[in-house]
Order: sequence, then C-alpha cells, then structure tokens
Amino acid sequence: MMIRMIATIVQTGFRSLRRDRVAFVLSFVLPIAFFTIFGFVFGNMRASSTPRVSVLVVDEDHTSESRALIRGLLREPSLDVATHPKTSKENPSADYTAATAEAAVRNGVAPAALIIPSGFSSHPISFGPGSPRPTFQILNDSSDPVAAQVLAGMLQKTVMMSLPATMASVGSQFFEQEIGGLSGQQRQQLEASLNALRKLEEQQSTSVNATNGVKSVTPDLSGLVSISVRDVVGEKKRSPMISYYAAGVGVMFLLFTSSGASGSLLDESDSGALDRVLSARVTMTNLLAGKLIYSAIVAFLQLALMFLWAAAVFHLDLFTHVPGFIVMTAATSFAVAAFGMLLASITRTRAQLAAISTLIILTMSAVGGSMFPRFLMPDAMKKVGLFTFNSWSIDGYTKVFWRDEPVRHLGPQITVLLTSGLVLFLLARLFARRWEAA
Amino acid sequence: MSEVSVSFPPLSVDDVRKRFGAVTAVAGVSFEILPASCFGLLGPNGAGKSTLIRSIMGRVRPDSGSIRVFGHPVGSAAARANLGWVPQELAVYPLLTCRENLEAFGRYHGLRGPALDEAILWCLDWAALTDRSGTPVKTLSGGMKRRLNMAAGLIHRPRLVLLDEPTVGVDPQSRNRIFEMVEALRAQGMTIIYTTHYMEEAERLCDTIAIIDHGRIIALGSKEALVAQAFGSRSSVTIHFNRHQTNLGAWAAAHGGTSEDSAVHCTIEKPSEIAALLDAASRDGFEILDVTLQRPNLESVFLYLTGKELRS
Repeated sequence: MMIRMIATIVQTGFRSLRRDRVAFVLSFVLPIAFFTIFGFVFGNMRASSTPRVSVLVVDEDHTSESRALIRGLLREPSLDVATHPKTSKENPSADYTAATAEAAVRNGVAPAALIIPSGFSSHPISFGPGSPRPTFQILNDSSDPVAAQVLAGMLQKTVMMSLPATMASVGSQFFEQEIGGLSGQQRQQLEASLNALRKLEEQQSTSVNATNGVKSVTPDLSGLVSISVRDVVGEKKRSPMISYYAAGVGVMFLLFTSSGASGSLLDESDSGALDRVLSARVTMTNLLAGKLIYSAIVAFLQLALMFLWAAAVFHLDLFTHVPGFIVMTAATSFAVAAFGMLLASITRTRAQLAAISTLIILTMSAVGGSMFPRFLMPDAMKKVGLFTFNSWSIDGYTKVFWRDEPVRHLGPQITVLLTSGLVLFLLARLFARRWEAA
Repeated sequence: MSEVSVSFPPLSVDDVRKRFGAVTAVAGVSFEILPASCFGLLGPNGAGKSTLIRSIMGRVRPDSGSIRVFGHPVGSAAARANLGWVPQELAVYPLLTCRENLEAFGRYHGLRGPALDEAILWCLDWAALTDRSGTPVKTLSGGMKRRLNMAAGLIHRPRLVLLDEPTVGVDPQSRNRIFEMVEALRAQGMTIIYTTHYMEEAERLCDTIAIIDHGRIIALGSKEALVAQAFGSRSSVTIHFNRHQTNLGAWAAAHGGTSEDSAVHCTIEKPSEIAALLDAASRDGFEILDVTLQRPNLESVFLYLTGKELRS
C-alpha cells in the first residue's frame, strides 16, 4: 500500500513536470543547451593548444642570429608576432623600436613586447655562471598575467631550437674551457658538426611558414638566456585583476538583477496593476521609461557598491578614476537595464523570463569575459565576445583603471553600450504593444 | 471631483462590437447610464462582460461603435479623469503601504501636492483604513486588501466608477462593509457600474440591471421590470415528494413543470392554483412532504433568460 502511494506521488510529479513546459525546459533542455555552449566556447581551447599571445618584437641587434631568432618566434604557434605596426601594403611602416613598442603595449595593442638586445649575436646564450649574458627585455602589460610568462618560456625554447649551431658552438666553448682544451682531431670533428648545424639553421630560415603548427614539447631551459620583465602598464597597481573581475562579475549580476527587476512588468500584468496604471494617464512609453530608469539606477548603485568594496578590501584605486568610473558605470547600467526590459517584454511569464534570462546571461557572461579572462580565449571567441555587453564594459573599465586612459578614450565602449541599450529599449517598446489596448 | 459635462450621460454605449478572431465577444451592445445611479451588469462566464468592461475602460478597442464617458470618447484625457476602475484582481503593489499605494495611483492620475494629500486622506477614511495607512499591503487581511483596491480606483475622485466584482473572496462581514462603502458613494452622487456573481448584491445595490449573454444585452431595466417582463404575475411552486415516488418526471410535465430529484417545480398565475396541483398529486398517489410558493426574483430571471446559474 505504501509503495503504491509513493509510486502515485512519483507519477504525479512526472505528469506535472511533463505538462509544465517551462519547468521541463529548465530541468532538461537548459543544462544541455548551456553545456553545449560552454563546450563550444572552451572545449576547443585544448585542441588549439595555448591561446596565441600577441607579441611585438624589437630587433636591436640586426644580425643573422637575431633574425634567425625572430624567424623562430614566428614559427611558434602560440605566439602572434609582429615586428611592425599593421599597415597597408601601399603604406608600409617602420619596424618597432623600443619606444614605439612600449607605447603600443601601453595602448593595449599587445600585452607584451620583446626587445632583442644589441650584442645578442656575440653572446646569445650562456651555460656557466658569470658568463657574459645579454639580457632580453620583455615589456609587459600586467593586466594580462599570462603573456609575459608564455613569451619568456617560448623565448627559451626558440633560442635553443632556432639556433642549434650557436648553441652547440657556445656549449663546446664552455665544455673546452671546463676540460682544458680539445685535441686537433676533436676540434676538426666539432667544426664539421657545427657547419652541419649552420646549414640546418639556413634550411629552417627558408621554411618558416611550412613549420607553423608543429607541436613540440618545451624543455626546461630556464636560465639559458637572460630575461628581464618590466611592467610598462600597471606597474604601480597593487591588485592587477581586481578591476577586471569587479567589472566582469558586476556586469553579470547586473544582467540578472535587471532582468529580475523588469519582471515586475509581468507581475503587474498578472495582478491587473498594469491595466490599472495604463487606464490612468500613464502611457506605455512612460511606464517603460520609468522602469528603465529605476533598473538603471539600481544597476549603477550595485556597480558603485562593488567597486567601493574593491577599493576598501582589494585596494582598487577608485577615487583617482571617478570620472571614468561614472561614465562607464552609467553606460553599462543603461545597457543592462534596457536588456532586462527587452527580456521582460518578449516573455509571457516569470518562469519563461527566468529560463531565457539564465540561458542568455550565462552565455553572454562566459563569452564576454565575466567568468573567464578574455585574453585567455581563442581569437575567434574574443571576436564573438564583442557581441556582449560584458566585453565592452570590461574593456572600458580596463581602460579606466588599468591603462589610466582619459574619459575621451572611452568613446568606442560608450558608443556601443549606449547605442545597443537604445536599440534594445526601442525593441522592448515594440514588443510591449501587446499590453496596450487591443 | 473632476469637472464634467452635465448635459451628457455618465456613460453611453452605442452599438459596440468586438471580435477576437472567429469569436464574437460583443455583438452590438447599446445602453446609457443615468447620473447618480447604480447600474448592474450581469452575465454568465463567457458572455462578453469582461470584453465590454475592458472596452469601457479603454483597454480593448472595439471594432465598431462608440463609448463615451460624460460625452468624452473613451481613452481621452477627460474620460480617464472622470472614470474610475476597480478591477476584480487585487491590482495594488503588495510591498507598498496603503498610503504609498494611494500616493502612486494618485500621481498616475496627475494628482500632486495638497490635492493628492486630501485625496489620500479621503480614500483612507472611506475605506476605513486610516489606522492602517502605514501597513504594507501584503500583511493586510483579505477584506482590507479589497477595500484598498477599491480606494485606489477612486483616488482621483471620478464621477463614474466601475466596480468589477469587488466582493470576490471576502467574508460576509467585509462584504457588508463594502456594501456600505458603495452606498456612501451613491449618497455622494457618484454613478456606479457594478458587476457581480452574487444576485443579492445586484438586488440590494442596483437600480438598473443589464443581463448580457452571447455578446448581447438580453434584458435591461429595474429588478421589478425584469421580473415582470420574464414572469408577469406568475409565481413558482415547489412540491417535495417522498423519495420513492415513480414517474415523477412525467407527472411534472403533464402539469407544465419540471422535476428535480424528488421535487417538482411548477409555475402558477394565481396562488389559488396550488390547491388544484395538490389535489392532482394526491389523486395520482404521490405522497407530499412540503410545498413552497416563491415569487420570482432576479436569480429566476437570470436562469430563465440564460439557462444558467449566475455563479456557474
């Protein structure tokens, strides 16, 4: 008897679930849909190995060895190497110098620049302590904590792989110095081997493109070349990623709260309050504008609180960036509020709103960089991220808090956020016609 | 009170029609309401009553015909100012207090400053909620919520108010309180449109009653006039028999009535006809338990005209 009663309860639950389509979607389809989206977003990252790190290379040595090193770096699939700014063929530009490369890193063109020092060819590598070691310099934007490390590792590997003759020659000199000299026959054999390696270097130089995509294991060559890393952006920042995550997490939750707040339209429609309001002197445009402003103000206050917390606990330098913060926060708040209005106007019930907003917001947040740093994403995914508020907002806050850029440099971010917010609000107004007199 | 055009009736509905796809919701409805009267609008579910109410409120646009409030087209600013609406749903903000709700709806109607304060005080007093003005709505009793719902529809002091089933789901005590509130409005000269599923409410409050069915007004007049139109001077007799009687249906039909379980309902012109019925029953061997004579009421009229109970 008891088993039958329990079985009936189970059966009733399944019958109810089957007939509540929204609950059904939430239970089964939504997790699969979300998993699929995440699979596409992050699942291919391993297949394409480490995301390509953009690197500017400055050659101050101008020797065959330095050029061989650059060719080696160009062959490296995890690096996107540029030796000069992107220009048209009709208007070629000069190679980067230390100064122009540093300026480019400061402006966010690339997260790191490598300077091959003058004298590199004389002492490209060193095995022993106290040996002369020309120092490579990496100019780093510390908002991307990965780029400099990847570049340093790839540099060690490339020096070894792209300059085998040089490495063998210097190594043999070190070896000879340690054992007290080679015999004449040994020296002849060594010279023959070095000539063979030099030929190999020349062959590699003619097949840069052909070797792209070759996978290799990076050996542990720490210390083979001397590298110094200098932060040219964010060198005085105490918590490098705080502004990134304050913006990223903040925008994601703003999207949730805005869609939730806009759901009051659905509640008021159900309760009859919407009819009552619209039968007074309030028009639908008035009503939507009022709710948009309310949502935007709440969103602004939420972000302000988030950044104040970041300033208090994580030492974010908020108070010297107030104008940029206000401009970015106002634009972001407007955009997410309009997004919430659109979601509320296209859905019929709170349950639908919850399901759709969860799917869209989590997807936007994943692709847009709220959950996972954009600089670690594949290039294609970075481009897809440009279709989300999250990425534009994060980029804007990064300009303000990281690059210390003035408000006038926020033009692209502000334009995109305000324009898309306006378009979404107009769409919301269009869909809200269903609540007007039929 | 809002400024009104005294030469026009509070509400005139002229040949209003509305279709939703293949369904005709309102099929040519016309009527006028007299000033300071209470007009009852009754109809079974699906009769077109809600569409007509929403048309009057400007929330549904009729396909044809016209609706005017004190001579102003529905939807115009003047019509909105003169028309109040109390929906049957609790259309208030549950997290706001009584006063905050009235303040919000007052502002939606364009009130501000001292006029708004005065209107709020009047509404709180009228709804007997003055001592609850600072209480959030969600913590009020069902009856109090209903009263606040009514007050919110009158915050702008309209001359014509539409009360859509204002007593749904309230206890008898609260219902009586609502009746008193409606009667107080009438005493102040307000014109009222009242819809209900409770016939006794319509009988108590309304001077004129319209019965709508299949999108048309099928009866319109005072309660007495409707009864007279439907039944003339006839009365209803109900005879209860012993449960074991057989062929009761055939016997009832032979005497112009209907049977239901162990009872027979017949219609008579004069009370003296009861004796003939009882004689016939005894002669045919039926054992009578009791007899009831009843003058037709509004419920009888509704059942007679629509074939349905009002609350079905």
